[in-house]
Amino acid sequence: MVRLKDLSQRYCIVGVGNTAYGMNPGVSQLAHNVLAIRGALEDAGLEASDLDGVLTKAPTSTFPMLWAPRVAEALRVVPRVTGTLDQAGASNIGLIQYAISAIELGQAEMIAISYGDNPRTGTRASYARPRGDDALAGLFGAPSSYAMIARRHMHEYGTTHEQLGNVAITHRHHASMNPNAQYQDSITMEDYAHSRWVAEPFHLLDCCPVSDGGAAYVVTTEARARSLRTAPVYIEGLGQGHPAWDFYRRGELATSGAKVSGEVAFRSAGLGPTEIDFCEIYDCFTIVPLITLEEYGFCAKGEGGAFYEGSRTQVGGELPCNTSGGLLSETGMPGTQLVVEAVRQLRGECGPRQVAGAEVGLVSQQGGIMTTHATMILSTGGA
Amino acid sequence: MAARTPAVTMPEFEPLLPELTDLNRAYWEGLAAGEVRLQRCRRCGAYQYPPESFCYHCPGTELAWEAVRGHGEVYSFIVVHQRYHPAFGEHLPYVVATVQLDEGPRMLGAMFEQPASISIGMRVRPRIERVTEDRAALFFAPEEG
Ligand SMILES: [Zn+2]
Repeated sequence: MVRLKDLSQRYCIVGVGNTAYGMNPGVSQLAHNVLAIRGALEDAGLEASDLDGVLTKAPTSTFPMLWAPRVAEALRVVPRVTGTLDQAGASNIGLIQYAISAIELGQAEMIAISYGDNPRTGTRASYARPRGDDALAGLFGAPSSYAMIARRHMHEYGTTHEQLGNVAITHRHHASMNPNAQYQDSITMEDYAHSRWVAEPFHLLDCCPVSDGGAAYVVTTEARARSLRTAPVYIEGLGQGHPAWDFYRRGELATSGAKVSGEVAFRSAGLGPTEIDFCEIYDCFTIVPLITLEEYGFCAKGEGGAFYEGSRTQVGGELPCNTSGGLLSETGMPGTQLVVEAVRQLRGECGPRQVAGAEVGLVSQQGGIMTTHATMILSTGGA
Repeated sequence: MAARTPAVTMPEFEPLLPELTDLNRAYWEGLAAGEVRLQRCRRCGAYQYPPESFCYHCPGTELAWEAVRGHGEVYSFIVVHQRYHPAFGEHLPYVVATVQLDEGPRMLGAMFEQPASISIGMRVRPRIERVTEDRAALFFAPEEG
């Protein structure tokens, strides 16, 4: 495996942007992408005309064809490289891998990556769609499938409702320090336990919201990055690993692609879990960070619940996780916002939720019912 | 013939019945006849679900439909409280189980017992209920004894 440091040059994220999270009537899917990319360009002091690549994840709610070219057109960019990757929630790290490959091949140099959707005010049918022939089994919506995984994890490892609740409470605590977050009111274990059942073992507060929003970032070479106004954030490691099969047919349900993806990402960075200062973990449901941290090797398999107890994963703790509030509390957008937060943390821009001395951060993304997984390690450049 | 057709017991599920296709017809005809039928590969002997024109396990492309017992074990389950679809409205809260069939495949199936009586590892049997005069659907129920 090639380490990213051994490529012909190093690669950086130089600008990040996002639109308002939550409910944005009248803001189209296209607008969320365009405005987020414009925000990322403004952040880096770039113009749309500086872009020679535009890559997107398709909107979850409608999945239009030829989406990235439409985003490019709306930006008035004629890209040398474009495309839409379908790894669901893992796509926005997968696209960084695609961007680096394109730059390494000499096909482009300044590539915007975005995601934007309006499932809250537009159509959200895809979020509760019956599963084809499985509709008669009564399985609708993502919470049901993830709850099936959570039940199995609880059965195999003794994971408790309180341990799941700790994830929701910790991420909400971080969101309370994030003015961009959709949910900024702190919650207690009592609030968690009294939130209504959706699909046991999940309460409402085990589930991320369905949100409108857009987020974007710009990837370029270290040489270009150094001429821009923001401090470059270095892409140190990238990995992917995909259980791929439909969740109920997998041999082991309480696992994920994080194991393979994490191993690949750590090796490509030449780093290990002990060198990570903070994590932004895909947290569509509370069970996911527990399984992800286990599979990455931050704790032993089955001990994710215990790992989240106490203050270890809070800002100020040993391994702060989801410092913006994550999908659970900042916004339900499928993962792009986690990269934005990691970049802001590494640039020291996060105010009261800033991780002191943050130099190396890890971002996880996953899609489907833990069907896909991608991992990225970022640094301030000293790693 | 018509006189022997069992009574329609769960008409509320009619809107969720999938269209019959060349691939799934034998499965649904089996349920209408009161039995669970799965595809079995003539080359390697594996049972499979959902149906396909090829074997998931080997290079075989000849598959025959066989009636199976369809008993198995609960691998995991949830208790749905949210009203996602009106057909399930009167059954709330209901269980959805991931069932490890003795024949090999895993299937998802609804169970309408008291949720507190369901546990991982419990043995289950198929429960076939008539949804229209000529269509039936598969659910699961605890295996007696
Ligand atoms: Zn076969």
